[in-house]
Amino acid sequence: MKIHEFQAKQLFQKYGVPIPRGKAAFSVDEAKQIGAELGVFPVVVKAQIHAGGRGKGGGVKLAKTAAEVEKYASSILGMTLVTHQTGPEGKLVKKLLIEEGLPIAKELYLSVLPDRGTAKIVFMASEAGGMDIEEVAAKTPEKIIKVYIDPLVGMKGYHANELAFGLNLTGDLVKQFTAMAMKLYKMCVDYDCSLVEINPLILTKDGRVIALDGKINFDDNAMYRHKDIQEWRDLDEEDPSEVEASKYELNYIKMPSGNIGNMVNGAGLAMATMDLIQQAGAAPANFLDVGGGASAEQVENGFRIILADPSVKGVLINIFGGILRCDRLANGVVEAAKKVGIKVPVVIRMEGTNVEEGRSILDKSGLNLITAKDVSDAAQKIAAVAKG
Amino acid sequence: MSIWVDRNTRLVVQGITGREGQFHTINCKNYGTNVVAGVTPGKGGQSVEGIPVFNTVAKAVKETGANAAMVFVPPPFCADAILESIDAGVPLIVAITEGIPVMDMMKVKNFLAKSKSRLIGPNCPGIITPGQCKIGIQPGHIHSPGHVGIVSRSGTLTYEAVHQIQQFGMGQSTVIGIGGDPVNGTNFIDCLTAFNADPETKAIIMVGEIGGSAEEEAADFIKKNVKKPVIGFIAGLTAPPGRRMGHAGAIISGSSGTAQGKIKAMREAGLTVVENLGEMGKIAKDAFAAALK
Repeated sequence: MKIHEFQAKQLFQKYGVPIPRGKAAFSVDEAKQIGAELGVFPVVVKAQIHAGGRGKGGGVKLAKTAAEVEKYASSILGMTLVTHQTGPEGKLVKKLLIEEGLPIAKELYLSVLPDRGTAKIVFMASEAGGMDIEEVAAKTPEKIIKVYIDPLVGMKGYHANELAFGLNLTGDLVKQFTAMAMKLYKMCVDYDCSLVEINPLILTKDGRVIALDGKINFDDNAMYRHKDIQEWRDLDEEDPSEVEASKYELNYIKMPSGNIGNMVNGAGLAMATMDLIQQAGAAPANFLDVGGGASAEQVENGFRIILADPSVKGVLINIFGGILRCDRLANGVVEAAKKVGIKVPVVIRMEGTNVEEGRSILDKSGLNLITAKDVSDAAQKIAAVAKG
Repeated sequence: MSIWVDRNTRLVVQGITGREGQFHTINCKNYGTNVVAGVTPGKGGQSVEGIPVFNTVAKAVKETGANAAMVFVPPPFCADAILESIDAGVPLIVAITEGIPVMDMMKVKNFLAKSKSRLIGPNCPGIITPGQCKIGIQPGHIHSPGHVGIVSRSGTLTYEAVHQIQQFGMGQSTVIGIGGDPVNGTNFIDCLTAFNADPETKAIIMVGEIGGSAEEEAADFIKKNVKKPVIGFIAGLTAPPGRRMGHAGAIISGSSGTAQGKIKAMREAGLTVVENLGEMGKIAKDAFAAALK
């Protein structure tokens, strides 16, 4: 799960990680008021969307007067912000963060995340702050310091020192930095973060270490134990069809510019089915894993969500019955087809447990369903559908 | 021969009294697996289909000599259950549960490294040596004994692989689903090492997907160590970056973990790559013909 920068900074504040003074604004009036309360200039007006690259896209402005705060707040609120992470369609800006501007002496990079390869928690730090860290890693990997921490032991002082001295910090900055790093580690573990990234972490001209930006992602598997974070879920940032699917605990992802819907059991087979659709010359309109233990109701809802997408010209259902028996799936499809009404061709490929019963249910349904004998046959049939 | 499970496997099921646990325990037993015990704290003394239930794994092992565990405990308590089996000295632990928090699994993984236990999964279909022992949720009837070893991060995609090679008359030595989570117990290289050493396994299919770098590392390992023919498949060519594709571990982060990168690594390591899923059986037949003669 993703949250906004202003929410990440609230969590930083809870743990005592220093951040600039500021507040979220949901209207131009609020932005003006917060600007006035800060009592200093410059003031930074930042668009709040779940994507990086906001500055380059024109979503971050430095206001030197109250009039400029109003000007930038009105231009950014309601704009469609396009960045390298939003896709060409961009994201509508509905929230702002209004903060004090700080005198920057140096920009650093700092992140902490669980590392899947080593099963350790890794800190990554670099003096090349404010830049795209992937680019730094590709071009000058020696500029990134990595410190791995065994979660059974936890973060110790020497871990923090390795980072601080690796970043060439001196004097009081070392103390400030190490204290902050320890707090970030605790927050990352307490809240099951899958990524905590501060880019840039700044050293101010008056000798302070401050998180100028903040990005936090959370492990979806752990959300059950973080009710406070769940309340921060922003449905504006999600595709409406994905929100709908999540109500039925369906793993659904909408794909831009696809024309063939698909419903599959199991994530690996679902991805492979999307690939097959593309290899056959069509484009997958979604990812949908109905899971191993899908109920007839889930199958029905999945089918309905796929068919509600106007770009879908045909649907491929690919099921390998293991736990999910083919007869149960067939019943779900038939029920859904009767309720929703299918206006596009549907190709079904079924294999596995109770496949004969499943096929017989489909045959007797009287519905116009195209059956396929294997995955290659299914791909060819759906490609023919896409070509019209 | 086979790897890790066979006729001598004595299984204890953690979470045996739950709906899923009970259903799959019966399926495993019907397949021929020797299920000797179950564990559900507070239900010790009861029985499920004639299988005695104990309060703790340690007690179950002591009383029944169980040497493998299958874990069906719900995500909030699953890491605890796996740690219990490790502490009880169970040599092989198969965790089926999907949805365990990564932080929990990282602790399990570091504890596991200091033990003698092997963990398969979590979030996996399990392990099966056809005709001998099934630990997991796989449809047993699609398998048959033979000489192809299969290792995969997926469930149903593994069944698809088994089904396709069956169509060409190839059976399996052992089939392992290592699971779709970012932090798991057994990786590709562990399975490849065991398949490489197993005389019954004459050819290997490796099924990977986007996310992480396990496939790249496995490809490098194969190039250096494996003489048996290996074919590889990667799911997720069309997956958009930054999205979790069903499995918690199936996510492209920035430019790393892409299907294209993994396929390239497999090609460079000399594997036969299956690009189109529909052709897996046919490609396996051709690539394995000499080895299976």
